[in-house]
Amino acid sequence: MSILIILLLPLIATLLVCLPLKKTWASGVTVVASLATLMLSVRVAWLVAAGNSVTADLNIGWLNWIAVDGLSALILVLIAFVATTAAIYSVGYMAHGNLKPGKLRLYYINYNLFVFSMLAIPVLAEPTSVWIVVELTTLASALLVSFENTREALEAAWKYVVLSLMGAGIALFGFLVLFAAMQASGSTNAYTWRGLIDAAPMMPPVLLQTAFLLILIGLGTKVGLVPMHTWLPDAHSQAPSPVCALLSGIETSSILYVILRLFPVMQAAPNSHAETWAVVLGLISVGTAAFLLLQVKDYKRLFAFSTVEHMGIILTAVGLGASVAGYGAMQQIVSHCVTKSFCFFAAGAVLLSVKTRRIVSIRGLVRQSPLASAALVFGGLAIAGAPPLAVFLSEFSILKAGLTQKEYLATGLLAVFIVIAFFGIMLHINRMVFGARETGGDASSPQSDNASTLPFSCRLALIVAAVPVLILGFYIPQPLHDLLTQAAAALTQ
Amino acid sequence: MNDTTNQLLDNLNSLVTGLFLLTAFGIVAMRQARGVLHLFIAQSLLLAASAVLLGLRFTSEHLYGVALVNIISKPIIVPWLLRKTSPSEVYTRREVTQALNIPTALLIALALAILAYFLGLPLLKAVAPEFRGPNVPIGIAGLLLGAFTITVRREALPLLIGLLVMENGAFLAGIDIARNLKMLIELAIATDGLIIVFIMGVLTRAVQKQIGTTAVGELAALKEAPAEFFKKETTK
Repeated sequence: MSILIILLLPLIATLLVCLPLKKTWASGVTVVASLATLMLSVRVAWLVAAGNSVTADLNIGWLNWIAVDGLSALILVLIAFVATTAAIYSVGYMAHGNLKPGKLRLYYINYNLFVFSMLAIPVLAEPTSVWIVVELTTLASALLVSFENTREALEAAWKYVVLSLMGAGIALFGFLVLFAAMQASGSTNAYTWRGLIDAAPMMPPVLLQTAFLLILIGLGTKVGLVPMHTWLPDAHSQAPSPVCALLSGIETSSILYVILRLFPVMQAAPNSHAETWAVVLGLISVGTAAFLLLQVKDYKRLFAFSTVEHMGIILTAVGLGASVAGYGAMQQIVSHCVTKSFCFFAAGAVLLSVKTRRIVSIRGLVRQSPLASAALVFGGLAIAGAPPLAVFLSEFSILKAGLTQKEYLATGLLAVFIVIAFFGIMLHINRMVFGARETGGDASSPQSDNASTLPFSCRLALIVAAVPVLILGFYIPQPLHDLLTQAAAALTQ
Repeated sequence: MNDTTNQLLDNLNSLVTGLFLLTAFGIVAMRQARGVLHLFIAQSLLLAASAVLLGLRFTSEHLYGVALVNIISKPIIVPWLLRKTSPSEVYTRREVTQALNIPTALLIALALAILAYFLGLPLLKAVAPEFRGPNVPIGIAGLLLGAFTITVRREALPLLIGLLVMENGAFLAGIDIARNLKMLIELAIATDGLIIVFIMGVLTRAVQKQIGTTAVGELAALKEAPAEFFKKETTK
């Protein structure tokens, strides 16, 4: 039952936000709703980690499609976590621009719808219905990407919508072929993830492989896998920072989750090559992103490219196979999610204090805005994978797993790319924070006296988001460990 | 139903899907935005017709539902939504700067259609004989031609129609090979199509306000600048 409430909460919040009340009403409702969602999701995850199965408990029609296992519960909690911190961050961040009440309401309406569509992804177990909510995430977030209504933001939103929907069209065909494969197998199971795994050995290999490739390419577009990634740095840099945190931190992972659902299906079928595809596409993504990181000129794009890199790492880890790498991949999803959302909060703090996104215009930030600089350095180190932070631990366990699998080439390449990305990220951040200001530099960075202007809610969100980044670097609590183990097990059945 | 009727229905379906492919070609070639929209509406009606024919042929009532959804949503609601959301300029614009000229575009489209046939063949061999209609290869062709339309167009409306053609293509194949999909899903997919039109209409209006034209292809400011990075290195 609590799953239904999780889905209903953002919808109720959407309706409540529509009421034309005070400015604080919309943000307050959103924060409360997302907090409640988070608590319920943690409860669901707790039950799942303890070995219970969680369904909707209602035996009517499409509600049978709702089922949560370890993998879905993990994604569910992460979505709810970022939705909550981003909602808290939004309170102060969106109040900053002196928006008209109507525009602010529009923001929160889209925000809640976006959160709803994401929460529905892991919860639904029927593939075509998952496709529908994936498409909804694009549509609900499109107006959030274009929210600032500048030329660049509109360009980003347009590219985002067109490319994501192109991918969605291809994926739709993939899901229909998958359905045909299910029917051709003669299986009487319901068309769900579970039913697919059971039917996989009898499916005609051509249909299954075609479906897998179509879905990998189609949804891979929305995950930001190279070479379908071109929209990602645009959209993830032009949206307001809390939205970037959602887009980059968890939306990409939750779409990747849908692709990951197909891996056990492919394994159940005789000689499928899902792993090879995953490693190849993953490594291409990591490598390309690592080199592109060197030449970015916008620090939000820097973090966006790092998302491409991380999606590649997760996919490679899944491709390296076996439960060890699977565990590492799940750990990487968690650490990427908490760290990347923190990074975009930090980027938002920098943006509030210097009003520019250009890296070259920002030098010596540490003197101008110590708090934002501290957050940026911490975020940069964390996302690049410096010890002892969350990403380091998860990348380390992936590399270790790769070596124990004797996949030396793939693991070696992965390690090299990660190191290049590390230097790429730190190079830019180092210059921004500690670099000497050039004389006659860009005139658009005035001496703003606003170290103190970072709103309270933004600071709160930064602190809340930083806690898991720190803790998960050296300690994984037992319930989370159980959940990760179950999630990894769901990858290899 | 006897064999002659079945034969007739099969032939009619081949005719309808053939016309479907023709409309996809027309959308690639048509300059006038309003014409593109009309071709798309014709295409959706052909999709509905194919659904009805397959429904008759295999006595599957739920395909009538699919046809009905298509008849209501695309010819009626899509133009209405476009009128409500986007500036009227989207209709009147003729494209002067298309990435490719029409003969080249049509040649590539032809190559894509042939490719679609060969992509469809192995899929058809894998399904049961009753699913082996012309819908799958032509559906794939629709998918490819829609994607091709998106890559060569610079105007908002043809881009949007390109996306919807992709969806139509996927659907045309779907009503054949995934015939027993739940009605609820089909309805939801159709609704999604309408939301696409709404969101893109709103975006188009915002673009037109911002840059004074609906030629969204002119938006091309966001990219990396390798030169800048290396320049910084040398001046340091």
